[in-house]
Amino acid sequence: MNAPALKEWPLWEVFVRSKQGLEHKHCGSLHASDARHALQMARDVYTRRQEGVSIWVVPSTAITASEPDSKDSFFDPAADKIYRHPTFYEIPDKVGHM
Amino acid sequence: MKAPIDYLLHLADNALVLGQRNAEWCGHGPILEEDLALANNSLDLIGQARLLYQHAAELINSNASLAQRFAHLQGARQDGRVTEDTLAYFRDTAEFRNHTLMELPHHGPLVGYAVSERDYAVTIARNFLVSALMVLMWDSLRASKDEQLAAIAAKSLKEVRYHLQHAGDWLVRFGDGTEESHRRAQNAIDLLLPYCEAFWHPGPAESAAAQDGTGVDILSLREHWNALVNETLAEATLTRHDQPHPGYIAQGHTGIHSEHLGFLLAEMQSLARAHPTAVW
Amino acid sequence: MYTQSFSVADGATPGAAKPAATPLRNEDAALQAHFDTVIDADGKIEPRDWMPDAYRKTLVRQISQHAHSEIVGMLPEGNWISRAPSLKRKAILIAKVQDEGGHGLYLYSAAETLGTSRDQMLDALHTGKAKYSSIFNYPTLNWADVGVIGWLVDGAAIMNQIPLCRCSYGPYARAMIRVCKEESFHQRQGYEALLVMMQGTAEQKAMVQDAVNRYWWKCLAMFGPPDADSPNSVQGMRWGIKRIGNDDLRQKFVDATVPQAEVLGVTLPDPDLKWNEARGHWDYGQIDWDEFWATVNGHGPMNQERLATRVKAHEQGAWVREAALAHARKQQQRQQKEAA
Repeated sequence: MNAPALKEWPLWEVFVRSKQGLEHKHCGSLHASDARHALQMARDVYTRRQEGVSIWVVPSTAITASEPDSKDSFFDPAADKIYRHPTFYEIPDKVGHM
Repeated sequence: MKAPIDYLLHLADNALVLGQRNAEWCGHGPILEEDLALANNSLDLIGQARLLYQHAAELINSNASLAQRFAHLQGARQDGRVTEDTLAYFRDTAEFRNHTLMELPHHGPLVGYAVSERDYAVTIARNFLVSALMVLMWDSLRASKDEQLAAIAAKSLKEVRYHLQHAGDWLVRFGDGTEESHRRAQNAIDLLLPYCEAFWHPGPAESAAAQDGTGVDILSLREHWNALVNETLAEATLTRHDQPHPGYIAQGHTGIHSEHLGFLLAEMQSLARAHPTAVW
Repeated sequence: MYTQSFSVADGATPGAAKPAATPLRNEDAALQAHFDTVIDADGKIEPRDWMPDAYRKTLVRQISQHAHSEIVGMLPEGNWISRAPSLKRKAILIAKVQDEGGHGLYLYSAAETLGTSRDQMLDALHTGKAKYSSIFNYPTLNWADVGVIGWLVDGAAIMNQIPLCRCSYGPYARAMIRVCKEESFHQRQGYEALLVMMQGTAEQKAMVQDAVNRYWWKCLAMFGPPDADSPNSVQGMRWGIKRIGNDDLRQKFVDATVPQAEVLGVTLPDPDLKWNEARGHWDYGQIDWDEFWATVNGHGPMNQERLATRVKAHEQGAWVREAALAHARKQQQRQQKEAA
C-alpha cells in the first residue's frame, strides 16, 4: 500500500509544560519528519533545552477543533481541522497540482 | 590535583575546532530546524572549550614553569596573565592538540586550498563518531582527580548525550533513507572512520593524564565505542569497511595536523591577532 | 525581528491605487460585522474565525515577510561568527543568530495558521515575490557592524515589534511576545560590545564610528516612508495589525538613540540633527528615499547574494529533507506490517 507522497515534512503542534504542577501550553508548530524528530526539534526551538521541561508533539492533522462561536455554516467545510492548510491534506500524486 | 596542561588543551582544542566547524552551517542548514540544532551543538562545544581553556589558563598563571613555556603568547592577556583567548587565538597550528578528525571540512578528501560544497552527511557522520567517543570519555572523566575537570565532565556529558542522539538519528535517516542519502552517508563513514584510529593512539599527555588519575585510559573505552558505532551503523544499513592494516594514523593530537587546520585558524584568529592588546 | 512597518504589495510599485472592494453577500456582511466588532473592541481573531480575505492575505504577507527577514538576517551577522575576536563574543553571536532562526520559526508557524505552508512561503521568497527587511541587503564590513546591528537595527526592530504584541491576530501577537522577550537582550548585548570597543584602542573606536556611519541612515529608513506615502498603513491600523505610524516610530527611535550615542561617544552622521525645544524632539535630516526604494526593489549592494545564498541552502538541503521523509515512510510501513 503506497502512502501519498508528501513533499514537505509534516506539521506538528508543540505543547510545553515548563514546571511540575502547571499544564502543557500550546506554543507553536514546527516541521519534522517523524515524532522523535519533532520532539528533538521542539526541545531546541521552544525550550532552548531547559531542564525539567515536558514536551508533547502532535501531528497537526490529528487535532480536532470545535467551531468558532461567530459561525454557522460559512466557514471552511474542510472540517474541524485547526488550520485551513493546503498541504495538510495529502493529495495523491496522480491528481497533480490543486 | 590538576590534569597535565597538554591534556586540557587536547580536550579544549577538540571542542573548539569542532564547534567552529559546526557553526559554519549557521544560516546555511538544509532546513531551518537543523540550523538551530547545529547552532545549539556548536554553542555547547564552544562552552566546553571555554571552561577547559579557562582551567588551563589558571594552571599556566599559577605555575612558574608553565608561565615560562607560554610566555611567547602575548595576545589577549589581562594584567599580564594568560586568558582563554590567549590560548584560543594566539597559538599557532602546530601548538593545537585536537584530533585531526575535528578540523576536516564538511566534504570528501580534497587538499586544504581546494573548494567544495559542504555535505551534511559528513557533518552528521563526524558528529556521531566524535559524540560516541565523548559520551564515554566525559562519563569516565566525572571521576577525574582534577576536580574542576570532573565538574566540566558532568556538565558536558549531559550535552554530548543530546549530540549523540541527534547525530545518530540523522545517520539512520540517511543510511535508511533514499539512495542518495545512503550513498553520501556511506562515503562519509568510509572517509571518517580511518581518522578515528587516532583515538586509540594516545599522545604522551593523554597517557600521563591516565597515569595520574586526572585522565582516562582511552583504550578501555574502545570496545564500548565500537559497540555504539556498530549498533547505529547496522540500524542505518551502513557498512563498516575496516582496513586490514590501518595505514596512516592521524596525528593532530600531537600537533601534526592536516592542511585544513591552518586555514581554519587563519580565519578564526585573524581579527584577534590584528589587535593583540584589544579587549572585546 | 526585523520588520518593515510598512507593507509593500508584492510586485506593486509604491503609490499604486488599491482595487475597489467587492460588495459582500448578506451572510458575509453579518460575519464582517462580527469581525469588525471584535477588532473595534481590541479583541483577538484566532485561526478558525471568519476573516475578510484582505485581512488574511495582508497577514500572510506581513508575517511571512517578517519571518523571511529573520532568516535572511542570520546572514550578515553569521558572516562574523568564524572570525569573532573572543570566545565570549563568538558564543554570544552564535546564540543571537540562533535566536533569529528561532524567531523565523515562530513566525512561519504563525503564518501557517492562516492557510499557507512553509514551502509556499519559501518559494515566494526564493523567486523574489516576497520581500524581507531591506536592511539586510547591506554588507557587514567590520566586527563593529555586529554590535551596531544589535544596537540600531534591533533597536529599530523592537520599536516596530512591541506594538505588534497587541495586534489583533492571536498567533501573530503571541509569537511577537515570545520574540520581544528574547530581543531586548540582543540590543543590550550589541550596545555593550560597542561600549567596550569605544573604551578600547584607537582602531576599535574607528571601527565603531565607521559602522555607525554606514548604518545610521539605513536604520532610519527601516521604519518605512512617511505615512502619507504608505497606502497600506491606514487599513493596517484599522485592523490592529499596525498600531503606530512610521514617522512617529522613527521619531521615537531617534529620540531614544541620540542619548545612547552620546554615552558611547560616537557621532551620528547627520549635520541636521538638532534638539528642537519647541517640539520636544530631535530634528533630523533628509533620508535618501530613492536609495531605499532602489534597495527594496532589488538593486541594493547585496540583494543578489543574500537571496542566492538562501536559495542554495534550500536546494542543497533537498536530499536531506527527502531522506528524512523516506525514512519516516519506511518506518510507517514497517509498523503497519507489524500491526497487521
